[in-house]
Amino acid sequence: MAEALTNTVWFLPLAPLVGFLVLVFGFDKVFDSRNSQKNVPEKRIGWLASGFVITAFVFAVLQFVALLSLDGHDRAVTKTLYSWIPVGSLKVDISFLVDPLSVTMILFITGVGALIHIYAVYYMHGDKDYRRFFSYLNLFVFSMIILVMADNLLLSFLGWEGVGVCSYFLISFWFDKRENASAGSKAFITNRVGDFGFMLAIFFTFQAFGSLGWQDISHGASSATASTVSIIVLLLMLGAAGKSAQIPLQVWLPNAMAGPTPVSALIHAATMVTAGVYLLVRVSPLLEASYDWVPQVIMWIGLVTALVAALSAMAQTDIKRVLAYSTISQLGFMFVAIGAGAPVAAIFHMITHAFFKALLFLGAGSVTHAMDGEQDINKMGGLSKHLRYTTPLFLVGWLAISGVPPFSGFWSKDEILAGVYNNNRFAYVLLLLAAGVTGFYMTRLVLKVFFGKPNYTHTPHESGKGILLPLYGLAALAIVAGILNLPFSKDLLVLEHWLEPALEGGFVKHLSFGGGTQWVLGILSIIVGGLAMFLAFRIYHSNRFGSIQKVVEHQFFYKAWHIDQALTSFVGGKGNRMFQKAADFDTKVVDGTVMGVASNTKKLGGVVRLFQTGKIRSYALWVTLGAVALLVYFLIRAL
Amino acid sequence: MSIVAVAVSPSWYLILSGVLFSIGVLGLLVRRNPLVMFMCVELMLNAVNLTFVTFAREFGHLGGQAAVLFVLTVAAAEVVVGLAILVSVLRLRPGATADDISSLKG
Repeated sequence: MAEALTNTVWFLPLAPLVGFLVLVFGFDKVFDSRNSQKNVPEKRIGWLASGFVITAFVFAVLQFVALLSLDGHDRAVTKTLYSWIPVGSLKVDISFLVDPLSVTMILFITGVGALIHIYAVYYMHGDKDYRRFFSYLNLFVFSMIILVMADNLLLSFLGWEGVGVCSYFLISFWFDKRENASAGSKAFITNRVGDFGFMLAIFFTFQAFGSLGWQDISHGASSATASTVSIIVLLLMLGAAGKSAQIPLQVWLPNAMAGPTPVSALIHAATMVTAGVYLLVRVSPLLEASYDWVPQVIMWIGLVTALVAALSAMAQTDIKRVLAYSTISQLGFMFVAIGAGAPVAAIFHMITHAFFKALLFLGAGSVTHAMDGEQDINKMGGLSKHLRYTTPLFLVGWLAISGVPPFSGFWSKDEILAGVYNNNRFAYVLLLLAAGVTGFYMTRLVLKVFFGKPNYTHTPHESGKGILLPLYGLAALAIVAGILNLPFSKDLLVLEHWLEPALEGGFVKHLSFGGGTQWVLGILSIIVGGLAMFLAFRIYHSNRFGSIQKVVEHQFFYKAWHIDQALTSFVGGKGNRMFQKAADFDTKVVDGTVMGVASNTKKLGGVVRLFQTGKIRSYALWVTLGAVALLVYFLIRAL
Repeated sequence: MSIVAVAVSPSWYLILSGVLFSIGVLGLLVRRNPLVMFMCVELMLNAVNLTFVTFAREFGHLGGQAAVLFVLTVAAAEVVVGLAILVSVLRLRPGATADDISSLKG
């Protein structure tokens, strides 16, 4: 049965691809041949696109069922469609790897994706480019499926670039505004830096393992030299940092909020930005085989990102920007987990984060809808009176991300904290601080938006059912997703058992302490989170501690530690000169060599050309002279 | 000394062949009339044929004679093609010399 079910894996990417193609090329003919494309009803377009993603979700569930029917260690099925690039010893197939990790990813990608599609059907109502929006969205889901299902680095890279392109399209979706267009370019160009690392990693991988397949990499990791493996891991980390917005490549994500809200929720919170985390979990055996300091580097990058981004989020005034910095920070948590040898915690947090962050973004979309497009939280306030449904839904997201038990975020964040405590006590303290700041800025956001005095004159209106429905789904998931991996007993660690076969030989460090310490850690994080939330409550509700508020909302934090400006001035100034030198080297030395060979060949040709007079008698003369020369040669030899 | 009494040795044929060949080469190089150049080529071919036959007879080996048949066949085919080209060129440019036809100049 499993065999038959895994054969249907190809329908996973096929469904959104067909959706994309139909939306781009054939919609009018499929649905309504009489009407021109302008008259095709919006909702049909939206539901068509959503339908294809729901179909993909159904097939994802089928893959899940298929794996369940197999024994633990047989849960890795490779399905090959055809041989893509057979060149010498390099053999790359279009093939998918159905294993617990990829199926976990695909379940929440298509699941959350479907909910967000449905949300967008209503949210994008009235947009003049409604159809274009959904074609991009379907193309994105297709690319994302390729990215996580691919059984080798190169095919994964194809999806990786695909989601990058879709991200670019969707960030600058309203490209008639200059800043939206440049935000898209910024995201794309920043990602190129990471992609360069990814590509080099592919080359090194092929050199070291002679193959690009995940399974070959996993099996070969232990026999490869530590230095090569370390280089590969660090290069992949560069790629992951680009896609998952880690320092120093995090600058694009806040600007990416220029896109429509469903895009921010789907691409820049739940799915695409987690691709870097997925990648590093996928090559977990490489982390195990690399030098000891390599995972430490990953952990510290994540930790610094988590802290810096959290401390930037608390000063933002744009509701979506708060969530954007929060996303960067939470992604940092996941990288910390990977670096600390807790990949299961990283995946766990990725899943719960997808639920509650998508919920928060979609809730924010509902809020901005009610505010007629206003995103400045200083111009909101008291919205809980008007938004009777959005408010409790948003509060669920707030409790989940702040780590309040029993909401899902508490369990996943605590697992990361436990993993870090196991590894490095100092890092643990810093991460706990970041978790506290998370509670602080989210409480600030909630208080400023939903409570207090209103700073507007019109009467906000609640969103329609179509917008609220996906929010209910996500809220339910954000509440209960913690049961995936409860730490109380070994049997309750469902996710850990499930992922075990996929992480075999991976960089996993088992906790060196018992349940008692875990209880203490959990209570500690509740206390820290509670204190931070209480502090935010005192500042933003009771209007106390004005001096602290000044520090918190300081320009330094508002400008996100001036990292963006520093990068800009470097790239525009000193860096530019350096890049110019590199470009000059390319044009003068590299191009010069190539062009030199060409021009010298041409010169030689110019000389030889003169013999080709076109006159038959001169040719005859040369033939004769040649014959005479041969004759003379043979005569001399004979003598 | 009567003519009949003088034995004709193979070297005579070879010398004749050499002379014919040289005339052919010289004609090919100095004449500009395409038709005459053609005839010079034929002269060279037949000079070679004469050499073949001479040696075939000298060594009592049929290989040389067989080669001559091949040369004749090839020469016939070559004449057909060559004359056809020549006729069409002269039709386009009456009175053209070999030096005038140099459009394939490199």
